[in-house]
Amino acid sequence: MSENIKNLTCIECPMGCSITVRVENGVAIEVSGNNCVRGKLYAENEVVCPKRVITTTVRLTNGDVVSVKTNMPVEKSKVFEIMQKINKVVASAPVRIGDVLVEDIGCGASLVATDDRD
Amino acid sequence: MGENKMKLNYDIVVIGGGPAGLAAAISAYDNGARDILVIEREKRLGGILRQCIHNGFGLTRFKESLSGPEYSARFIEELKKREIDVALETTVLSLTQDKKVQVINEQGVFTISAKAVILAMGCRERSRGALNIPGSRPAGIYSAGTAQKYINLNGYMPGKRVVILGSGDIGLIMARRMTLEGAKVLAVSEIMPYSSGLKRNIVQCLNDFDIPLYLSHTITEIRGDKRVTGVTISQVDENKRPIKGTEKHFECDTILFSVGLIPENEITKSANIPLSPRTRGAVVYQNRETLVDGIFACGNTIQVHDLVDFVSEESEIAGKAAATYILEGAKEKDSVATINGNNIGYVLPHRIDKNQKGHVKLFFRVTSTFRNCVINVVSGGEVIASKKRNIAVPGEMETLILTQDKIALLSDDITVELKEGV
Repeated sequence: MSENIKNLTCIECPMGCSITVRVENGVAIEVSGNNCVRGKLYAENEVVCPKRVITTTVRLTNGDVVSVKTNMPVEKSKVFEIMQKINKVVASAPVRIGDVLVEDIGCGASLVATDDRD
Repeated sequence: MGENKMKLNYDIVVIGGGPAGLAAAISAYDNGARDILVIEREKRLGGILRQCIHNGFGLTRFKESLSGPEYSARFIEELKKREIDVALETTVLSLTQDKKVQVINEQGVFTISAKAVILAMGCRERSRGALNIPGSRPAGIYSAGTAQKYINLNGYMPGKRVVILGSGDIGLIMARRMTLEGAKVLAVSEIMPYSSGLKRNIVQCLNDFDIPLYLSHTITEIRGDKRVTGVTISQVDENKRPIKGTEKHFECDTILFSVGLIPENEITKSANIPLSPRTRGAVVYQNRETLVDGIFACGNTIQVHDLVDFVSEESEIAGKAAATYILEGAKEKDSVATINGNNIGYVLPHRIDKNQKGHVKLFFRVTSTFRNCVINVVSGGEVIASKKRNIAVPGEMETLILTQDKIALLSDDITVELKEGV
């Protein structure tokens, strides 16, 4: 049995709560300091497998760029790998907010447009 | 929406099509105004949010984490449902107190007559020139927002090895953004002993990528002839003077400045609308009316907000007030001033009109980091509102509600003050 305490800053919202997590055998067994349920979930995930939403841009065939995001958080350790894939994507206009540009860009997440381009 | 349509007479002219202008125009319409024009100098509505492609917007308002373009799209969609005219690629040159708005666009120079005006120009970045940075003036030095525009809207990278001066949120966001795109961010240097950015951005933009943050450090030398080749940062003492022997040298081709935002008020000045030396924006009542009847101001043009959600909230107040002004005309005011007392940098609104109904949310910032403190609103020697804080920092805007019953009884100016160690 291994047990330790981890101190985190929640990144879910601008409050940035200081969260303390008691971890036992790699699992969060007690979360304190959070002010909401998002913070609890964040802390539970963060001590097991940190994940982040990637926000970046994708090139369009007309030379323009459009902003995109992964539709769910992806493993932090895979962020650069996924960025390399995203940077090879070329989409064609028109693009609308919510359009799925790539079904599975990694970790099961889709790459979704976050802006419109005509 | 009358896209890119412009008459020469309007009930309400909104200057700026960013988050403040959009929310103000929609709110004015929803409160009964009909003849409204939004003037935007760019090709698209959305303002600075267009280049803020990171997420985290809208958590307060929409209970979800949106990117900047997604947040503004929600308002643009609402605007389009209403009969509100929009003039794109149109720049306001000047404004007069009798509400003549001079604009220029491809068609020429025009003067638009308005019955009410809402100022929603946002803010601008403090420049290198506003600081005293020694060294040469080579290429490769950008404000963080300019670099953000180049990468996120124009699609090219301004450099490969980067040092960032200032730990404001835009600088932190750009540290992550440039790292994701393959640049090496060597250091973030902050002259204060604390970051002015949000804690979450320190975590997700710096710590996630092992980017060092040097607190109490500033740039003491910029090297390079045609292009930046390096930079030296030094630790500073309590008087912000560099300490000899603490120099750290970095080889880099790019320096980003993220050293604060200043409300944009050239147009406000052109109309001789009184400005507050504290907030550097127009002096406003709680309904965001300036000291000139029928001219309102909202969003970052009056105070630099931490969150766009609060810009939208504030701008809806201004939009509603402008609509009321159009429908009911100017009303007599009976007002007291708000004063920033001990340890408080500014208070907004600057004046509270007792004739206006409803509670008033006071916005203010503390002047440095305080622990276990109490913030009091005092008038006539009496505490009329109060709150305790475990920690208060200048980077986070504070608010306090003044209830209508307290406002009705005000006989004296009110002071917001912070006391430590309680």
